[in-house]
Amino acid sequence: MTAVPVSIGVKRSPATQPVAGSLGDSIFVIDQSRCIGCRACVQACEECGTHRGTTMIHLDEIDRAASTQTAPMVCMHCEDPTCAEVCPADAIKQNEDGVVQSSLKPRCIGCSNCVLACPFGVPKYISAYDQMMKCDMCYDRTSVGLKPMCASVCPSEALWFGSPDEFAATRTGTLVNEWQFGNQAVATKVRAVSHVAGPIDVLAAGSARAWHDDPFGLDEEGGHA
Amino acid sequence: MARPPVSEEELVARYGPHLNEVPAGGWNAGVEPDREVKTHCCFCGQQCGIILKVKDDEVIGFEPWYEFPFNEGKLCPKGVKRYLQNAHPDRLLEPLERDPSAPGGFRPVSWDHALDRTVAEIQRIQAAYGKDAFAMLSGVSLDNEKSYLIGKFARLALGTAHLDYNGRLCMVSAGVANKRALGIDRAANPWSDIPLADVVFVAGANIAECAPITTSWIWRARDNGAKLIVADPRVTPTARTADVFLGLRPGTDSALLGAILHVLIERDWLDHDFIRDHTTGFEAAAEAVADHTPRWAAEVTGVPAARIEEAAELWGTSATGMLLHARGIEHQSKGVENVWACINLGLATGKYGKPGCGVTTITGQGNGQGGREHGHKCDQLPGNRDITNPEHRAYIASVWGCEVDDIPGKGLTAEEIVEAIHRGEIKGLLSICFNPVVSLPDTTFTKEALDKLEHYAVIDFFLSETAFHADVVLPGSLHEEDEGTSTSVEGRVIKLNPSKTPPGQARLDWEILLDIARRLGKGHWFPYENAEEMFEELRIASKGGSADYAGITWDRIERELGVFWPCPSEDHPGTPRLFEGGRFYTEDGRGRFNPVRYRPPAEVVDDDYPVWLTTGRVVSQYLSGTQTRRIGPLVAQYPEPLCEIHPNLAATHGIETGDVVRVTSRRGSMTLPAKVVATIRPDTIFIPYHWAGRQAANQLTNRALDPLSKIPEYKVSAVRLERVGPAGSAVVDVRDTALVEREDAGGDAPRTPPSEPGEGGG
Repeated sequence: MTAVPVSIGVKRSPATQPVAGSLGDSIFVIDQSRCIGCRACVQACEECGTHRGTTMIHLDEIDRAASTQTAPMVCMHCEDPTCAEVCPADAIKQNEDGVVQSSLKPRCIGCSNCVLACPFGVPKYISAYDQMMKCDMCYDRTSVGLKPMCASVCPSEALWFGSPDEFAATRTGTLVNEWQFGNQAVATKVRAVSHVAGPIDVLAAGSARAWHDDPFGLDEEGGHA
Repeated sequence: MARPPVSEEELVARYGPHLNEVPAGGWNAGVEPDREVKTHCCFCGQQCGIILKVKDDEVIGFEPWYEFPFNEGKLCPKGVKRYLQNAHPDRLLEPLERDPSAPGGFRPVSWDHALDRTVAEIQRIQAAYGKDAFAMLSGVSLDNEKSYLIGKFARLALGTAHLDYNGRLCMVSAGVANKRALGIDRAANPWSDIPLADVVFVAGANIAECAPITTSWIWRARDNGAKLIVADPRVTPTARTADVFLGLRPGTDSALLGAILHVLIERDWLDHDFIRDHTTGFEAAAEAVADHTPRWAAEVTGVPAARIEEAAELWGTSATGMLLHARGIEHQSKGVENVWACINLGLATGKYGKPGCGVTTITGQGNGQGGREHGHKCDQLPGNRDITNPEHRAYIASVWGCEVDDIPGKGLTAEEIVEAIHRGEIKGLLSICFNPVVSLPDTTFTKEALDKLEHYAVIDFFLSETAFHADVVLPGSLHEEDEGTSTSVEGRVIKLNPSKTPPGQARLDWEILLDIARRLGKGHWFPYENAEEMFEELRIASKGGSADYAGITWDRIERELGVFWPCPSEDHPGTPRLFEGGRFYTEDGRGRFNPVRYRPPAEVVDDDYPVWLTTGRVVSQYLSGTQTRRIGPLVAQYPEPLCEIHPNLAATHGIETGDVVRVTSRRGSMTLPAKVVATIRPDTIFIPYHWAGRQAANQLTNRALDPLSKIPEYKVSAVRLERVGPAGSAVVDVRDTALVEREDAGGDAPRTPPSEPGEGGG
């Protein structure tokens, strides 16, 4: 794995400001509403040289009985990472780009505090490695100017990596990176796309259509399904 | 004698499908390659650019190819994991001969023995029964060079009229419709036109799962403000976000499309100048839909009339628009008519030949576009020429250096070849790149036919379920081993570069074909040293045809990242967008409206078979699964066929998700787990078709063919649904008893009438 600068302590420069690291001003964006559930991201993550054979992406069906909506989840790379705050071994570090790393192997005691504490449900304890591993925004790629693997392959650009200007020029929706979990406010490096004001509802995001309540017109005049 | 030599279980145990789970050398072998090869994915017509990593003559992984303009590095899961078809335990490494006493039913033999026996059988069968008693079936996962070679090989080496290909099961109805209405069989636009459209209409195309990369092009249009209309019996991942969803009953597409044309006419959302200056036949097309009102169509299709009017308004009032269609409308006994109904909507509103305007099929197979242009079809010669046209025959005879009479006439189409084998008229078969036991409708009938062959030789890299029936198996080449070109969904001719050499005694497919030709005494027609020499001949053979490759060279393709045909000369830039200026490729330069009135599918639901069945793909599998059912991570993603059932229909049978259900049609029966989802019409069930044996959806489907294109009606069958029991229920399969009953009832009588004689071909 490429050697990366590792900071001691969890808080680095706010991700909303341009950072001077190797990521430049590139941003990672998730638009859940565009996910087609193809799992290209899951399969490609597994091909990454630093954790080959183990995927770090979560891809969930929301409610398959009702909808084909699926939702990919990468690490959101919190500005103040809860996973690092709760780690008793100080094994989870954030680098100069604000990327939150997998646990440091010599320090990780496999306690899974981070797994339980992460508000986004991202870290996984991998028994084969006996440590917590998670998405590190493909730092081996992004640190040398390549896109992360998942955002490279995603056929619908639900996972997207590029500059804010490029996003503004080519995409729609508002970028959101501040979250509220009960009393805990969390700001993240990774942005999600919201198409409506207020909380993000992935089932409706960007696509709340009247027909969704009755796709086959069973209750509509002229529907004879 | 082409019966499987031993039981299916024994064949599967020896030859697979087994799963390749990890790259050569294991996950920890490292990913540092000796070299990286820029090539394209083999799994579908999108033909995404991909970089394969190669180490020690083996493919060990991939890297996104960001510079290739179609996909810019994007891949679906099939592309990501395709490298695992290499270094595969099931790979055929030596020629085999049927031997029921050998372990697994086949014994290894020498190349000389395998080829000499095949050639002797070809000669014996043709001497005894005539040239046409030996047929060839091929496929369009093959590159352009091999597709061209096979067209010439079948006609000049075998001397048979009966060559056809698995594109006959794919989009041949769109090909026939395009050629007759527009004079050319190619996508109307490069995909870069999609983001320029104000409205995108997707008809019968599960883009998210069957052409995943096209999703990003549609989102680019939507980011520019475009509206999306989707017509499908299921709320697919593509349909989920549509502005207008038309959830129609299977087989009623021409009623829906006809009603849209009706509304366009009624509301005068027409481009009168375009119709006057660039088309013919509008009046007859309008007359045909005079009674196709939205209210009438609502009854037929199940789509509320208001939604049909909404779709018509979006299409009719938008300045630009793209209509993308695929197998949903094409896999029908009226596939050509359905595509014509789409073309009529484009012609009526002038949506051709302009940025962001076009009506286009999304070709499904890897080289589904290029493989259908250069003589692979029973009625076709290179350049998409017509084998019955005396001028076309004379030109190709001049290129091949043969007499015109050396070129046989029009042969039978794929399903008709199988029917002729079943009738005992065709006695011998050579096949490559085709797994009809899984991919043709009415599996039982297909197997019965193969059993009757006196000799069956197969060229393949894995022993497919069809190859189980072979007398001789010739181990051929994988996509990663051949050099050549293919033609993508856009009509872009692209370069496939080899990553490795064939393992063991396996040989390149084209070398095997040349060897057979030599042993038949026909080697002088095939003096090629490499695949590029075949392409150079293809350029000349296609020159002046509607699919004109004359100006395309391998060098140009590499330099320009693909060249769009038609490209008549080396200084011609190629033709990304067709029909500019409203000029069509018909003799009078006008686009033809065709009158399309709705007619019902070949089989309709009744009291005995009250539920509609439609079939299709899942994103992690490709076609008959010969390759993708051998790739572990893809199998894990969707391990077995599931039957999608709406909760309302499920409730009437007491079915819950996971329950085992039995689905029965007039052809056969299968049991499989239920998946109860509100994303399918309540009168319709869906089963994906990629699996073999008792998991094959095509045990149920209907051999009814479209009269013009001879494409089978995979998308519409009538079935009966029953609950067998909870998940894990012991299943008593009725298939064996059904077979016995049928033999008692008179043996070989097909259960559906043989296809109607028609114009055939395409």
